[in-house]
Amino acid sequence: MSPPVAPPGWSRWLVPPAALSVHLSIGQAYAWSVFKPPLESALGLSGTQSALPFQLGIVMLGLSAAFGGTLVERRGPRWAMTVALVCFSSGFLLSALGAATEQYWLIVLGYGFVGGIGLGIGYISPVSTLIKWFPDRPGMATGIAIMGFGGGALIASPWSARMLDSFGTDNAGIALAFLVHGLTYAVFMLLGVLLVRVPHTVRETSGTPAVLTGPQVSARSAVRTPQFWLLWLVLCLNVTAGIGILEKAAPMITDFFADTSAPVSATAAAGFVALLSAANMAGRIGWSTTSDLIGRKNIYRVYLGAGALMYALIRLLGDSSKPLFVLCALVILSFYGGGFATVPAYLKDLFGTYQVGAIHGRLLTAWSTAGVLGPLIVNWVADRQEEAGRHGPSLYGLSLVVMIGLLVVGFVANELIRPVHPRHHLPVPEAPKKEAADERRQQSESA
Amino acid sequence: MSGDSSQSPPSAGRRGLIAFSWLWVGVPLAYGLYELVRKAAQLFTG
Repeated sequence: MSPPVAPPGWSRWLVPPAALSVHLSIGQAYAWSVFKPPLESALGLSGTQSALPFQLGIVMLGLSAAFGGTLVERRGPRWAMTVALVCFSSGFLLSALGAATEQYWLIVLGYGFVGGIGLGIGYISPVSTLIKWFPDRPGMATGIAIMGFGGGALIASPWSARMLDSFGTDNAGIALAFLVHGLTYAVFMLLGVLLVRVPHTVRETSGTPAVLTGPQVSARSAVRTPQFWLLWLVLCLNVTAGIGILEKAAPMITDFFADTSAPVSATAAAGFVALLSAANMAGRIGWSTTSDLIGRKNIYRVYLGAGALMYALIRLLGDSSKPLFVLCALVILSFYGGGFATVPAYLKDLFGTYQVGAIHGRLLTAWSTAGVLGPLIVNWVADRQEEAGRHGPSLYGLSLVVMIGLLVVGFVANELIRPVHPRHHLPVPEAPKKEAADERRQQSESA
Repeated sequence: MSGDSSQSPPSAGRRGLIAFSWLWVGVPLAYGLYELVRKAAQLFTG
């Protein structure tokens, strides 16, 4: 399959909905917890066992994005979105079969392994194309798509819960819910497959694509540069710091105000968690768009520097003012989302658009690492503090200091990022030539 | 690069396609946001 080149008159504003149809679907992964209690009671699973499909899915996301990125660049966004559709939907269908036959391993294989490949390929599928369509606003373009990944859970969480309420939480009900999910997401993602187009700049500009202006670095060379690994560290630490709040949000706000005149109820704590999700989503589109105006390095200075300041405020004054605590947490979560959404544009600035999707795929291993590191640090520290007999805000004092330290290290790493040395650049005529050859091959394949 | 693949403004059919595709993704997203706002309101009322 080849990426169809946009015909004359094709609007670039058709590309973000194509990307969103994929990201809003695969973002369902973060709503997996809705299925956990029904699976545990229907199949007699422990909490650890019922989390396996999600955990494997996230591991596969990182691996498929890292190893499939170059293939995605070569075959184009339509191919990638088709793979994502087939894998993500068939993951649900396999899970339906597993639930119906009480074969839990089929759910792990289906949702976790097969579906996880769909997550990774789907996540990176529109990035490069969006940047090529919006060279003037790459932060906004990728921000829209990556906001969709956050939005996917917002849609799936109530939708899946209502479906389970209707179908029942026994084997048959869960199987039917999985089946409906698989079929619905297949139809929903189809819009992206049908709509996505790559710009035909090579033909327009007689061999000198506008999208390949400036230095271009291949994915293979990019991972050999210090800039890639510094940015890897920046993303990893920014995500870890965000998880520091996310992982413990509900107990944290409850503990902080437990001994005050206005304690926080469990219902209000759930509202706080929902508000954090909103901040996460808003940060993805808001901060990423802002990065088009103030620059990528500056916006990461804000994420990491102001993020550390917000953590310090919570540490020093958090228990004295509920609005201050909530505000600081919201800002931190908006930076967490912004960090995800801005990184493709940062990569484009450093390495060019030539293989930016593949480079982004490799960088997402930072997310996988943070996904393991973040909860580990936060839970380990909290457990030690509890064992030491601490309570209330002092339970989180050390965690907050650790998060500040991580953000400061991230800030320094961001300061060390410089333009890539020319020895890593593709020879000037090579990148356009390769891009033109790729497009000619794609056109001849589709003819 | 210009906003569109060519310099001419999109035709009526293409404008319809743009509206349809944004509604396709916008409606479910609006539903998710509505549910989120309902839940988030609990912070102030719960």
